[in-house]
Amino acid sequence: MAGFQGRPRARDDRLPPGQYLTRDFPVLTAGPTEVLSPDEWQLTITDGTSTGTFDWDGLHAFGLETLTTDIHCVTHWSKLGTTWRGVRVSTLFDVVGVDDLPYALVTSYGGYTTNLQLEDLVERDAMIAVEFEGEPLESEHGGPARLLVPHLYLWKSAKWVSRIDLVEEDTPGFWEAAGYHNHGDPFLEQRYHGD
Amino acid sequence: MTDRPSPSGTRARALRVAPLVHLAWRQATVALVVAETPDARTLVLDVPGWPGSVAGQHVDVRLTAPDGYQATRSYSLASGPGEPAALTVQEVPGGEVSPYLVRDIAVDETVELRGPIGGYFVWTGARRPLLLVGGGSGLAPLRAMWRAADPAEPVVVVASVTEPARLLYAVELAERVAAGDVSATVHLSRADVPDDTERAGTPLQALTLRAGRVASTTVTQALTACGGTEADPGVFVCGPTTFVEAMIHLLAGAGLDPRSVRAERFG
Repeated sequence: MAGFQGRPRARDDRLPPGQYLTRDFPVLTAGPTEVLSPDEWQLTITDGTSTGTFDWDGLHAFGLETLTTDIHCVTHWSKLGTTWRGVRVSTLFDVVGVDDLPYALVTSYGGYTTNLQLEDLVERDAMIAVEFEGEPLESEHGGPARLLVPHLYLWKSAKWVSRIDLVEEDTPGFWEAAGYHNHGDPFLEQRYHGD
Repeated sequence: MTDRPSPSGTRARALRVAPLVHLAWRQATVALVVAETPDARTLVLDVPGWPGSVAGQHVDVRLTAPDGYQATRSYSLASGPGEPAALTVQEVPGGEVSPYLVRDIAVDETVELRGPIGGYFVWTGARRPLLLVGGGSGLAPLRAMWRAADPAEPVVVVASVTEPARLLYAVELAERVAAGDVSATVHLSRADVPDDTERAGTPLQALTLRAGRVASTTVTQALTACGGTEADPGVFVCGPTTFVEAMIHLLAGAGLDPRSVRAERFG
């Protein structure tokens, strides 16, 4: 009995602890896939005072930026070097003129929610993504438009994003209320509450 | 905050069943190995301090190689709430962890485990009918659910496998059908239905087998057997992504609100 050996390996620094590489793009969704046409999709951003709503054309008016990044799911798979196109969240915040409130609660079509700190939405690469690997984002991956916060576990990257509320008080979202970590940094392996 | 739309009712919320304490890694010793199919087996684990689980929850399993390299994967618990933790592992060809768990690990050997985890794809055994739809190894968390079910309520299982030999828990399903606890329909997506002589003396004798992928008639009948949408059944679908999407589509066609379906996808 040789015991577990694992694959021959050259550890890749881009792979966070406890993650493995996949070439597939697995789907993890709480509940059914929302099927929305671009015409039906809208995103509202508000701090309770200033409010802006973007439809498909309104989003595209800012031009799409290309982002090549690694993505990490709490169910242990990671994909390296994925390419997305979208509009930076910070651009939309600037256009709406929202105050720098410390937290955000993000809501999806279908009712999913997730909470983030403001800095995770504006200081790194967070975007509203509409294309994946050169193609329109498929429904099962959150199309027509999803939040993408690639430096956090993917449950923070809400599919079918419909709303971002900037708020003074942090409120746990769907998975966060169910025992998942409030922040979700894969390199700190913040999977579950208390990690 | 009053203008924030709330999630679509209680259905969209997760149960707070994961403990709000640090989930520690525990040593788990293989107590029993059950061969389920040619490439899947169930590991029953002895986990000191195991708190029990809610049907549908999963665990993280961590393996460590002699040089310190670690690999971690998530597996659904196939065990009922009061039972020792059990995992059914399906071998993924070319995989790193599953071939070891399916082919190599033996009784008295150990893995590290933490959990149980998860508060969404769970069944607490409430007094409602239960409709369980599983593709391939997606039956694993559904076994935990039928074991947790209220015996007074209907439990309807729809399974999809490529061929009869790939059906997990065939004996257990047959026994539960024979006892009247469960009704089960098994679709064979890539095989014909074996004839009566082939089935005689096997668990398949007790099961309703149909050729081809799960069809709308099967889903409609299953929903009716649960008492229809007005009976407010708990509906759980688990399997490969394409299977789950197809099943939710059929359930919606049968009149069920797709947002009431709890789904777990893999691959």
